[in-house]
Amino acid sequence: MTRLKKVFNTKSSKVLNVYCTAGYPALDSTLPIIAALEKNGADLVELGMPYSDPLADGPVIQESGARALENGMSIEVLFDQLKSLRATSNIPVVLMGYMNPVLQYGFEKFCAAAAAVGVDGLILPDMPAYEFEATYGAIVKKHGLDFIFLVTPETPTERIVYLDSLSSGFLYAVSASATTGSALNFDAVDAYLQKLKQMRLINPILVGFGVKDAASFELASRHTAGAIIGSAYIKALENSVDVTSTTAQFLSSVIGQK
Amino acid sequence: MQQTFTNPNEHGYYGDFGGAFIPEMLFANVAQLKSQYLQIMDDPNFKEEVNDLLKNYVGRPTPLFLAKRLSEQYGTTIYLKREDLCHTGAHKINNTIGQIILAQKLGKTRIIAETGAGQHGVATATVCALKGMECIVYMGEKDIERQAPNVARMRMLGATVVPATSGSKTLKDATNEAIRDWINNPTNTHYIIGSVVGPHPYPDMVARFQSVISAEIRKQLLAQTGTELPTHVIACVGGGSNAAGAFYHFLEEPSVQIVAVEAAGHGVQTNMSAATTQLGTPGILHGSKSLLMQTQDGQVIEPHSISAGLDYPGIGPMHANLYSTGRGLFLSATDDEAMDAAFHVSKTEGIIPALETAHAFAALDQIKWKPSDTVVICLSGRGDKDLSTYMQKLDS
Repeated sequence: MTRLKKVFNTKSSKVLNVYCTAGYPALDSTLPIIAALEKNGADLVELGMPYSDPLADGPVIQESGARALENGMSIEVLFDQLKSLRATSNIPVVLMGYMNPVLQYGFEKFCAAAAAVGVDGLILPDMPAYEFEATYGAIVKKHGLDFIFLVTPETPTERIVYLDSLSSGFLYAVSASATTGSALNFDAVDAYLQKLKQMRLINPILVGFGVKDAASFELASRHTAGAIIGSAYIKALENSVDVTSTTAQFLSSVIGQK
Repeated sequence: MQQTFTNPNEHGYYGDFGGAFIPEMLFANVAQLKSQYLQIMDDPNFKEEVNDLLKNYVGRPTPLFLAKRLSEQYGTTIYLKREDLCHTGAHKINNTIGQIILAQKLGKTRIIAETGAGQHGVATATVCALKGMECIVYMGEKDIERQAPNVARMRMLGATVVPATSGSKTLKDATNEAIRDWINNPTNTHYIIGSVVGPHPYPDMVARFQSVISAEIRKQLLAQTGTELPTHVIACVGGGSNAAGAFYHFLEEPSVQIVAVEAAGHGVQTNMSAATTQLGTPGILHGSKSLLMQTQDGQVIEPHSISAGLDYPGIGPMHANLYSTGRGLFLSATDDEAMDAAFHVSKTEGIIPALETAHAFAALDQIKWKPSDTVVICLSGRGDKDLSTYMQKLDS
């Protein structure tokens, strides 16, 4: 059973996926952060690969990416850091990034390297479903990686079904048509998430964008398997002197003491 | 849709380049546009409304002017397609007229745009004023400084100019911000992209709106010379909208040499350049696969050109295909060569061109001309907006 499947099999609600940017706040923060997230109750890590032009991201994650690039982060460096990931850690790790750096690295080479270091899945928001079906999906599958598509409140029902059928691991429900870090209107979101729940999709649903604390995590996971926290955690890391204690503190504020 | 040099296939590809690499948050908007743009543009009422405005508001057709003194100097026949005489001073309004009416047909009430030199921003602000629509223009902070007159124009026309403060603070970053705005405003907003870049169907749609340039050139050449086809068409290329318009109706005519001129900045090998076909490799920026200036790690490189309108690390997918198939000849001109050309054209023909356009004129020195050649240069914009740059040279 894949690590992602295992998480959703053992836990049917309030699965917490935490986003962090590789190489932020310091170049070598990546592994200590993953360890701290695992130790303090996160169920999943979404590890962002920094990019110069991250279209789907708001200012907080943009800024963390720019800092990570200044710190010297690259896909090459990241895979090198992740070599020792599975020696100590069992938490599922999903890489999130944009198509261009991945294509530049070489798509197949990228999937092979990701699988080799124990990465579980990929989120590439600007991967078109058409290209995935025509070209890239087979490569992802060949290397045993999960691939997660996004759906939004604007996505028509039949397209939700279609994107769910292309996805594995989980389906990423963007809570509002917005860039990351935007404020959330939960009344509007609730109806949309309820609709998703009633569709009985193949994949479990994690809700992202606008989830920032215990209250919004609670609300976001009301109808779904759980939620993804990103910008709020990056903000917490910004002035952190010790990423381990910052992470413990942040997670306890969201899910209580582990 | 059959793929040709002129139009992409149904997935938006010109050869290996194009497509729609967009996050799901943009899918509904882009899908709506993709499913409706050809139908709307084919509607006789739409055509009539666009053509009426192009004629009576923009001032089309723009003249095709025989530049006698330049022709004499280069020993050939040179015509200038006077897009600088369009209302607002550049070709950009051909596209914004079309897109604002299209936006109305799609039921949109709010318009966003990106701008580099400010010409597309002014052209967008202008049509928004004309149609009474809300207008927000994203512009790099650095460009806001170097193109102050156009910023003032946009504001006077009622637009809100929002500075893009990330990255190189130029056109690329303004485009990022406009796309983020569109993600955050998915239902009421239409994004008027100013060049033949972005996800499909934008490159094709913008090229079609700009194709009026080459449609007129053919008619005017026929009337003036007895033949529709020149031997050469020259245009400057940043994203490539005026070039797409000037080349469009000649792309399937093998006898016409297509010449695209990129901005070499300080020089192609200096790390201060915007010559994308010379320095770029295949990559994805702003929703389409094209040639892109990038690091080995796939991070986008910040370009340099003295002209804000050419200061872009990518190029439209149509042009990437023209380059890689050899259909187009791609040259480049440095900042200095463009400046010299601007002064030369001003003194020789009494026309002060935009700095972008000056790059096209600079290429005249790079080709060996024959007396039998008929050369058309797309004079894409006038130089008023660049006066402060020109004045620095006059004073030095």
